[in-house]
Amino acid sequence: MSDARLSVLKTYKLYVGGKFPRSESGRVYEVTDSKNNWLANAPLSSRKDARDAVVAARKAFGGWSGATAYNRGQILYRIAEMLEGRRDQYVAEVAGAEGLSKSKAGLQVDAAIDRWVWYAGWTDKIAQVVGGGNPVAGPFFNLSSPEPTGVVAVLAPQESSFLGLVSVVAPVIATGNTAVVVASERSPLPALSLGEVLATSDLPGGVVNILSGRTAEIAAPLAAHQDVNAIDLAGADEALAKELEIAAADNLKRVLRPQPVDDWSATPGTERMTAFLETKTVWHPTGSLGASGSAY
Amino acid sequence: MTTEKTMDKRSSAFEYAPAPESRSVVDIAPSYGLFIDGEFTEAADGKVFKTVSPSTEEVLSEVAEAGEADVDRAVKAARKAFEKWSALPGSERAKYLFRIARIIQERSRELAVLETLDNGKPIKETRDADLPLVAAHFFYYAGWADKLDHAGYGANPCPLGVAGQVIPWNFPLLMLAWKIAPALATGNTVVLKPAETTPLSALFFADICRQAGLPKGVVNILTGDGRAGAALIAHPDVNKVAFTGSTAVGKQIARTVAGTRKKVTLELGGKGANIVFDDAPIDQAVEGIVNGIFFNQGQVCCAGSRLLVQESIHDELLDSLKRRLTTLRLGDPLDKNTDIGAINSAEQLARITALADRGEAEGAERWSPACELPENGYWFAPTLFTKVTQAHTVARDEIFGPVLSVLTFRTPDEAVAKANNTPYGLSAGIWTEKGSRILAVANKLRAGVIWSNTFNKFDPTSPFGGYKESGFGREGGRHGLEAYLDV
Amino acid sequence: MPTTAPNALSDVTASDSTLRRFLHGLPGVDAVGLEARAASLGTRSIKTTAKAYAIDLAISMVDLTTLEGADTPGKVRALGAKAVRPDPTDRTTPSTAAVCVYPDMVATAKEAVAGSDVKVASVATAFPAGRAPIAVKLADVREAVAAGADEIDMVIDRGAFLAGHYMKVYDEITAVKEACGTNARLKVIFETGELSTYDNIRRASWLGMLAGADFIKTSTGKVAVNATPANTLLMLEAVRDFRAQTGVQVGVKPAGGIRTSKDAIKFLVLVNETVGEDWLDNHWFRFGASSLLNDLLMQRQKLATGRYSGPDYVTVD
Repeated sequence: MSDARLSVLKTYKLYVGGKFPRSESGRVYEVTDSKNNWLANAPLSSRKDARDAVVAARKAFGGWSGATAYNRGQILYRIAEMLEGRRDQYVAEVAGAEGLSKSKAGLQVDAAIDRWVWYAGWTDKIAQVVGGGNPVAGPFFNLSSPEPTGVVAVLAPQESSFLGLVSVVAPVIATGNTAVVVASERSPLPALSLGEVLATSDLPGGVVNILSGRTAEIAAPLAAHQDVNAIDLAGADEALAKELEIAAADNLKRVLRPQPVDDWSATPGTERMTAFLETKTVWHPTGSLGASGSAY
Repeated sequence: MTTEKTMDKRSSAFEYAPAPESRSVVDIAPSYGLFIDGEFTEAADGKVFKTVSPSTEEVLSEVAEAGEADVDRAVKAARKAFEKWSALPGSERAKYLFRIARIIQERSRELAVLETLDNGKPIKETRDADLPLVAAHFFYYAGWADKLDHAGYGANPCPLGVAGQVIPWNFPLLMLAWKIAPALATGNTVVLKPAETTPLSALFFADICRQAGLPKGVVNILTGDGRAGAALIAHPDVNKVAFTGSTAVGKQIARTVAGTRKKVTLELGGKGANIVFDDAPIDQAVEGIVNGIFFNQGQVCCAGSRLLVQESIHDELLDSLKRRLTTLRLGDPLDKNTDIGAINSAEQLARITALADRGEAEGAERWSPACELPENGYWFAPTLFTKVTQAHTVARDEIFGPVLSVLTFRTPDEAVAKANNTPYGLSAGIWTEKGSRILAVANKLRAGVIWSNTFNKFDPTSPFGGYKESGFGREGGRHGLEAYLDV
Repeated sequence: MPTTAPNALSDVTASDSTLRRFLHGLPGVDAVGLEARAASLGTRSIKTTAKAYAIDLAISMVDLTTLEGADTPGKVRALGAKAVRPDPTDRTTPSTAAVCVYPDMVATAKEAVAGSDVKVASVATAFPAGRAPIAVKLADVREAVAAGADEIDMVIDRGAFLAGHYMKVYDEITAVKEACGTNARLKVIFETGELSTYDNIRRASWLGMLAGADFIKTSTGKVAVNATPANTLLMLEAVRDFRAQTGVQVGVKPAGGIRTSKDAIKFLVLVNETVGEDWLDNHWFRFGASSLLNDLLMQRQKLATGRYSGPDYVTVD
């Protein structure tokens, strides 16, 4: 064999509004593996990056929430297809990030791909499960349906850099929300790479926006942002979670508090979807076919 | 001999004589204690406050004012009761709730009169809306108590524990029902604080719990002001917080519970848009507008307080609306013919007055029908503001009174954009005879309850609650169970 | 309401298509909302002096009616006497507005009410079905008017209306109006129970008023659904809007099914709150009824004496 070829390193960038910008701050930070070996530099996002991501997410909300549930399902499934094709890349990144063996990292990536498939199937079923007709005591047709809450800030889990990430992002967008995701602070590379798959899966730009950097620094402006409708605190520790929940009260964001998760590969329920759904109830008179004589 | 010549023609041909509902059906005691652990007791520090009838300013009774020590005592009682109550078979809990529902029906006349006295709203509303809905709510959730396994929250969903509930003065007994019925059906126990200005119906409800044989401590009622409410919400042994009231207080509650495991539902303010398209059923739309903003003197979180009318029918609709407003009867809330009762308190009247004055100062055109206000009590004439734009305070702030702001729009897109242009998102109305337009507009409105070709309809089976700053969580229906289950 | 000159509305009847476009352009009616409004007005509580006033007003608005195959001169004379003096024991009781009979009984009725203000109304135009050639209908009207009828209660051709031939209905009403001459007032019966929908009732109301009706009337009393609070409320809205547009006031007559004082008072509340006191007069509002009168009289006696009355204390007709 000849001398080893010098590999081409990847410049990791943010994923915002369907594009791959660097942080507007120009800052990066060192990302290392579990043994403290340098892996890459990742963008160190600023509050302005957070603001830009919210703008992108808000802009995408109308189209994405208005897309048919079937169409959203097709796109989520397409994400799974794209990931499957780049499985090896993610296995390597997850192994590096989390200090796992190739086979264990493989299980994580497989579970993450399967999770996209699971949520792809949910897009056109959740409304039937949590919505429905209400038998009101009067001449009215009354229907409750779930609607996406809007722009959701998602603090991805710190430990599970890829399966955990997918497990919190997919349920948010499956129902039509758009997301601003803060990647695992220590292990952001799989998340940043996910942007590359999302960009080639027919997912409209801005539906998912991925930021890397200091979780507390990026999360604070997101929690206080008046145009963010909800926040998932999965990646916040107890102290940060409390601080962010207080900030979130300013515009009454829906808050999903961090919950201990032993095993991200367990089958999720519907809670991560319903946490970011609103119930809209529409009334309409039914009346009779003709003018009745019953009004005495 | 006849008639068109000799018939006694009066200045106003058909003046209805007063038809007051009898006050004698309700017996209000001179004083009431707190209802803790099945007993009426004084506040630990002996404090009391007076509750008055807003229509006359007459003092109705004196009630105990709960302090922190009382909150703690009530939460302890509820905690103690929780163990047995939550372990009861659902079918047994159901029967308690059915009993309560039946007793409410039996005593509905008494409760309607009481509520009208303490709140100031017309007897027509307490009799025909509040009380029937209160009983229906208990009936509805009674039936859920032994069917929770089938509610879509997994097998054997667990109650949360002690629910701390704080309710407003606009529908005192109905809000109590919305809070207590689902809490008890799911196996929680309750500490409830009614509003400071309307404590009486909750205290009568305590007596209904007694008549129903409800175990001690399952329901505790603490009368008092905002401080008692804040202490209840902050109490470390409360597992669930449910609040209906202002958005400002709702935000404070959200901060209070931050970092705890307390589950929260908030039902807050609104600035509902009532959108009338040019092809609307006009006569019914006028009724819907009137019902939307003058029901309960407009002191309704989901009131249709912004009328968005298509510019092409603005003049015609406003003429009809004004003509209709001249027929509204304002006065003694106990008179069965009264449409508009008293404002609940001097404070609320001051707020409505200030906001209406601001509307005028900002250049909106103010109109009220000729309307004589009683000398005593808190009264505000039905009021319209025309030439209002999105920039006016009366188009943005929740007034919580009988004040309607009228804005215009040109196209459905513009109507939706204006309707959604508010931090609130509780209710909206759509008036058009075109079915596809109803569905398209309803789809785009960011609000939890949409009434198309109707307004202000409520039902225990129908989930109610807001988007955005109108709060979160739903009350009513299967959805309403979730707030009280550990799911 | 923008005031439209009557001549602007005359364009409406220029052709079948303009008339159709106009009628179909009227605002729709939401049935649930309409019925809810009518029901809510039904909860108005009318007591003491207001009730006494309402009962006398209702008595004065009754078109005391007999429309049976078995009608005889004796029956009609008894009815006339009752209309003039509903309660022989109490002379303060007002007379009814009119007696309402078939055309062949007009002369007898006229004689029976002679010397009083009680009018004689006659149904015509092949009542109640209205299924006869136009010439027969017009002859029916002319006979009744010639015999002295003060008022003609015609039925519209529901078949033509339901088939969408609005101009045919319009022409027929204008022809009958002409046959009424200058002295007889014309009431146009829609048979709302057969028109079935509230949208149809609103259209028929405008059609009748455009064609010159002095009164619009719900029903014949011969079908399953006759006057209801909801259809009467709807027709009151129509006469209100018509006057606002044209300046012309038209009367309303619910007929059939109104049997008790309580019901009658509910209708008066509808009138009071929808069109106001301008219509609270028997020139502009009538009840087509027969058994209603005795209930009104019993209630009147109860108010006067404080005791509940019984059927033996009012006259059978």
